[in-house]
Amino acid sequence: MPDTSELTVTIQRGDQHDQHMDTFTVPAFSNQTVLDVVSWIQQNEDPTLTYRFACRVGMCGSCAMMVNGVPRWTCRTHVKNALKGQYLEIAPLRNLPVIKDLVTDMDPFFDKWIDAEGHHHASLTRNDEFAAITPTNPKRMTANEGIECINCAVCYSACDTVKNNAEYLGPAALQRAWTLLNDDRDEQDETIIDAVSGSSGCHNCHSMGSCTVYCPNELDPMSAIAGLKRETTKRALRRRR
Amino acid sequence: MLNITLYLLQRVSAAMMVPFVLVHLVVMIIAVNGGLTATEILSRTQGSLVWMLFYGGFVIAVSIHAAIGVRVIAYEWFGLNGRWLSVFTWTVGALLLFTGLQAVHAVTATPL
Repeated sequence: MPDTSELTVTIQRGDQHDQHMDTFTVPAFSNQTVLDVVSWIQQNEDPTLTYRFACRVGMCGSCAMMVNGVPRWTCRTHVKNALKGQYLEIAPLRNLPVIKDLVTDMDPFFDKWIDAEGHHHASLTRNDEFAAITPTNPKRMTANEGIECINCAVCYSACDTVKNNAEYLGPAALQRAWTLLNDDRDEQDETIIDAVSGSSGCHNCHSMGSCTVYCPNELDPMSAIAGLKRETTKRALRRRR
Repeated sequence: MLNITLYLLQRVSAAMMVPFVLVHLVVMIIAVNGGLTATEILSRTQGSLVWMLFYGGFVIAVSIHAAIGVRVIAYEWFGLNGRWLSVFTWTVGALLLFTGLQAVHAVTATPL
């Protein structure tokens, strides 16, 4: 049942070079996500509104946007939890180039996963035995804390260090590196350590913690980065001895 | 703009400064508590190798720590980059070291 009330929704439009804000009046429903609001505008008010979504259930990580100044997964964000009065301001994710309206170019974000060696480095072949790793293995448990990342880039967008240091690899890529470093099946620890020890690596993190505060899956990239700092420090001191 | 080497240098210099700052503050408070004049303080520090090494070490730690810290601010807030960032870092460090050691010399060297 629709409420009698309405929402005032301002949306950032345009590309990287030419941006403006459009305001829409949207019917308020008692059960409504921010993505519902954006879809309603696209379907009823302006079919040229460009945005990105896929699964609508918080798994694919494609619908993240800035909602009233805060990065959020819009498909799982209830309007009532994001409203300021009856007002919503929706913008593309911060810290990424805008393609059009609410769609950002995610290339820099994913390129940094590669730069951080955030991909599996296998050493075994199909002829080898499986590496047996018990669920209670401490390193496995540490890795488990970070593997539910859905690549939504909310942490990357929330990070003030990324904002001021475009080279910085960012929380998601570094957390991925940390999970792989703790994965006994990954055979290139030193490659990962070198990748996160450079001038764009984990040591640039100021531990401000926005990544951990805003991660929609309640992961803790800040602690993962702290883990990388500890591990890189240990290994650097060992190398020098 | 910090790599592992700069990160380690900044952490080690910070760790060095903990005892330096504590001893500096405590001694300063105790010394001034009785109403010491500058002349009386200088009479105790001048010619003292211990105070020369103490404040010499303090100045070295501060120069390293501050140069790296200011380097990060210069990069993140003012976009200083590449070779100029290195020049800036070294200049800040050298300036702090020079002025600091000059002060240490004035306070702890034996007067002519």
